[in-house]
Order: sequence, then C-alpha cells, then structure tokens
Amino acid sequence: MTVADLTSGSSLSSARQWRPELGLGHRSRAREARNLLARVVMWTAFLIALIPLAWILWTVITRGIGLVLEPVWWNNSQRGITSRMVGGGAAHAIQGTLLMALVTAVMAVPVGVMTAIYLVEYGRGRLAKTVSFMVDILTGIPSIVAALFIYAVWVTTFGLQRVGFAVCLALVMLMIPVIVRSTEEMLKLVPNELREASYALGVPKWKTIAKVVLPTAFSGIVTGILLGLARIMGETAPLLILGPYTANLATNLFGGFMATLPTMINTNRVESLQPAIDRTWASAFTLILVILLLNLAGRLVARTSKVRN
Amino acid sequence: MSSTTGASIVDQARDPLGNNTPQGDRASTGRLGDRLFGGTAKGAGVLVIALVTLTAVFLLSQALPALGKNGANFLTSTEWNVDGSNPRFGIANLLWVTVASSVIAMIIAVPVGVCVALFITQYSPPWLSQPAAGLIDLLAAVPSIVYGIWGAFVFGPHITGLQNVVNTLFGWLPFFGNETGGVSSSGTIFFIGIVLSIMVLPIVTALSREVFAQTPVTHKEGALALGATQWEMIRTAVLPFGKPGVISASMLGLGRALGETVAVLIILSSLANDTKWSWSVFNGGETFASKIANNAAEFDSPQKSGAFIAAGLVLFILTFVVNAIARVVIERRKAFSE
Repeated sequence: MTVADLTSGSSLSSARQWRPELGLGHRSRAREARNLLARVVMWTAFLIALIPLAWILWTVITRGIGLVLEPVWWNNSQRGITSRMVGGGAAHAIQGTLLMALVTAVMAVPVGVMTAIYLVEYGRGRLAKTVSFMVDILTGIPSIVAALFIYAVWVTTFGLQRVGFAVCLALVMLMIPVIVRSTEEMLKLVPNELREASYALGVPKWKTIAKVVLPTAFSGIVTGILLGLARIMGETAPLLILGPYTANLATNLFGGFMATLPTMINTNRVESLQPAIDRTWASAFTLILVILLLNLAGRLVARTSKVRN
Repeated sequence: MSSTTGASIVDQARDPLGNNTPQGDRASTGRLGDRLFGGTAKGAGVLVIALVTLTAVFLLSQALPALGKNGANFLTSTEWNVDGSNPRFGIANLLWVTVASSVIAMIIAVPVGVCVALFITQYSPPWLSQPAAGLIDLLAAVPSIVYGIWGAFVFGPHITGLQNVVNTLFGWLPFFGNETGGVSSSGTIFFIGIVLSIMVLPIVTALSREVFAQTPVTHKEGALALGATQWEMIRTAVLPFGKPGVISASMLGLGRALGETVAVLIILSSLANDTKWSWSVFNGGETFASKIANNAAEFDSPQKSGAFIAAGLVLFILTFVVNAIARVVIERRKAFSE
C-alpha cells in the first residue's frame, strides 16, 4: 500500500490490485480514467472556445472581403449612395473612427499615465487605495452608462448638440482605466536599483520618473495605449447615444454628424437589400482589421520591452 | 513588498525611533519641479475619483425629477410609458431580462472559462500555451457590434434546434416554457445568454489563468509526490488556490454581461409594450442597456431622458456592486497570500 492509496478517497477497492510494475505511485483504473477524462474535457473546452472565434472571423472575412479589396472602399464615402445602389466606400467612417480615437487618446493618455505614476511612485494610504478602487470601477463601467453620463453633462446640463467630441469624452472614460492598469504593471517592473542610482546622483524624483522610469517602461506604456485604442474603436453604445451617423465625410468634432465604422455597420444592418448587407459585412471586416492590427502592434511592441516579468 | 508596489527602499526606511516613516515622498526634494509633478500625478488620480463620483451624481440628479413624476412603482412595475404628462415606468421587466441573460451567460462561461484557463496553464504543451492564450484574448478584441450581427444573421438560425430540445426536456420548468411561442425564434433571452457567454469568456479566462499560473510549485509538487494524478493535483492544489481569482473573474465577466449593449440590442427582439409577463427565457425583451440604446433617438425632453437615465443609474449601481465584490475578493486573496 502506498501513500497514493491513502490520499485518494475512492481507492479502497483498488488497493487490492497492487501492481508493482507501475513504480512509485499506484493508481487505480478509476483514478486514471478520471485523470484522462479531465484531460479530454480541458482540451475540448479549449477547442470549443475556438469555434466562435474561427466562425466569426470566417464569416466576416468571406462576406466582407469583396468590397474591402476594391480601392473605392478606402477612398470614397457613402455620399449620394442609397441602400439599393452598389458602390461607395467607407472612407468617411474610417476617417471618423480614427479621428475620434486620436482625440480620445490625446485626452486619455496623459490622465491615465499620470494616474499610474501616482499609484506606483507617489500614492500611499487612503487616497491611493481609493484611486485604485475607482480605476477598477471605471474598468467595469458599461459603455452605455459612460455615454449617459456624458449625455447628462453635455446635452442636458450644457444644452450642447450631440457631436463627435461628446463621444470622445465618453470614450475617454473607457480608455483611462486600460491605460492606468497597463502602465501601472510596467512601472512596477522597473527595477528599484534604477531609481536609487538616479537618486544617488542627486537627481530629483520627478526627473528620475521622467528620464529614467518612464523611458524604461516606454514600450509597455505604448502597448497599453494600443490595446486601449483597440478597445474604444469597437465601442458602439456611446455612438448610438451621442454620435449620429452621416454618409458624408466630416472632420468637425464640434458640429454636425460624423460617421464611424460601428455606426456604419449599425445603419446598414437594418437594411434588407443586398448592397447594404454587403456594406455591413465589409465595414465589420474593416473594423476588425483595424482592431486586430492595433492588437498585433501592441503585442509586437511588448516584445521589445526593456523590462520583463 | 517593493517589487509589488514599486516603492523604493528609501521609502521604507524607518526613523531612529523605529517608527514607520510616512512613506511615499521621501525621495521628493520639495523643489518646484517635484511639487508640480507630484501634484499633477495626484491631480490625475483625483480626476479618476471625480469621474466615477460625478457619474453617480449626474445620473442621480437627472433621474430624480423623472422619478418624482412617475405614476408607477419604479422597482416593481413592468410598464414603460414615458410620453405625456403622466409617465408610468418601472424596471421589473428590464431587471429580469438583464439578470436572466447574464446568469445564462455565466452558467456557460464560468465552467468553460475555468477549463480553458486550466488547459492553458496546466495541460497545453509548452509551445501551445502562449498562442492559445493569445487566441482566447482575441475573442475580447472582437467588437460587440460584430458579435451582434454575427449572432443575429449567422449563429441565430442554428439555435432554434437547441431551444426545441431544451424546451422538450425541461419545458415543465417555467423558465423553459413556450407559452409565448419563442422557441422557434432566435431573438430570445436564452440565445443572447449564449452569445454573452462567448463575449465574457475571455474575461473569465484571463484572470483565472493568471491566478492558476501563480499556484506555488511546492503545492503542486507536494500533491504529485503524494501520488496524485494530474487531475487530483489540480483539484487539491490549483483549484483551491485559484478560487478567489475565479470568483473575481466571474464577477468581472458578470459586470460585462450586465452592461453589454449593442449585441443585445441587435439580437434580442423587443416586445410590444402590453405583452403579458412570462418567466420563460424563450422570450424576447430588453435589458437596461438595450432599452436605453433602443430609445436614444427619442431623448427629446428631460422627462423622457430622465426615465432612461434612471434605468441607467440602476445599471450603474448593479455593475458597481458586482465590480466592487470582484475587487474585494481578489484583494483579500492578496492579503492572504503575502
């Protein structure tokens, strides 16, 4: 009788089948079977989880690639194109999505990075704990709630119109926590020896952070920004509340409507005519393409990182 | 401690009396640059707190007037009529659909997510574990509107068969009944639950994976040395260690499922205003988020938008509580394992 028999609750019967050829651990058939079953279940779970991913990518690519491969898709807007007409492109939506993402990043990155610096380099005690807690809450805030908040401020309180910039404000709320968390992770990985060496040379703390800590963690911060961008570009809820669609090119974030890829999908999906259906999938493909490229870029940048876990 | 907080050793020095010094700013010189930089960092942190607080304040301040005029019980009424001078609206329907779809999503996503996380950390061959994790993470990168159109136009038509099976086997339960004839439709709470489970799977997997990977090697080797099979080792060492992480991950996933908007908006068929109440998940309906998004175009008076903002406030509170629980559970684990 081995220790294994004592530790497994169900092996009283199997203890009789002592098979020394198995070496140290004696394992009953039932336990072996359960072990094998678990292995099969884990593999199956993984393969099942891959099915929707493959299915979605396959659907979007096969249904969308036709239009996306045409140059007109990238160069033209939908101006003057009705749902029964073939033609036109997504240039207006791509431009709107990129423009909003850029403006959002310009606002969210400084706040996110500084918050992370506060949490890692300065913050102790209750305020830091509260900030950290609120970052978690912000991470979990549904995008529709962020949009409602901006609506309540922008439209109801200040009486302004629904414009692109209001969407950006809602997206900022969703992007900040992503940047804080990834930057925080990277700053924690920067070895303290670097900070101490800098202090020992008489460099003040803020210069140490700006010239030593941030450059060391730079690639990780860039990764966080790219992943944050990927997250907000696919958001649709704030656009539904705050950013009406237009078929035309637009660059003014403070007046008029502005098209984005999610709202372009949302506008075309309710149509039943084939040209509009094709445009739905082509814009979905374009959106996934942009987001996957950002993700990929983020992961590649992460590989160049100077600090590692 | 320094490796996890990034606090420098300088910060942890004790004063001559042996008391802990006030930590944090010991390396600051008090010069203008330091005060400015530190102040800006603190300001950014305070801004984050302000954002969450202001969200609550603004939603509340705009919901209250609308609630004051509400002729029905906000919590128990199933009506939703916000037009005119005598609005009557309640969230009972929205709450039921939101919770039911999210619960279905969690029932599927938590076991599968935990198994996938175990696969990645324990079973997968070393060359596969990184790519496998990357692939599952890709599920999180797919925008929810794409889940929506895929679910409605591609996946949906295949689901009625499964709904028929569940209805035949469990139709005696009120949840799986077919009094509304929804079994043959794909715009059901049941189906959106399945789609939501796919959307939250990467969230559940990511955090579970992280904690499973942190299981102390000594625990695992101890179990194996006692003769445990790999599965017994996982059951006795990895799973107990990872339990708080799994709970936390599930809560985060639940928060996401509760607040998901566009996929629900596209897939779930909304019901007419006077539809009879049904417990069946083979039924349409609207969640908090999809109700708000569905009616965004009608926000023309403070009275109307106030009613929807009140619904949004309930959603905010729900997700706040769920996320706070996730945070508390994982914090306690940290305190325990350090």
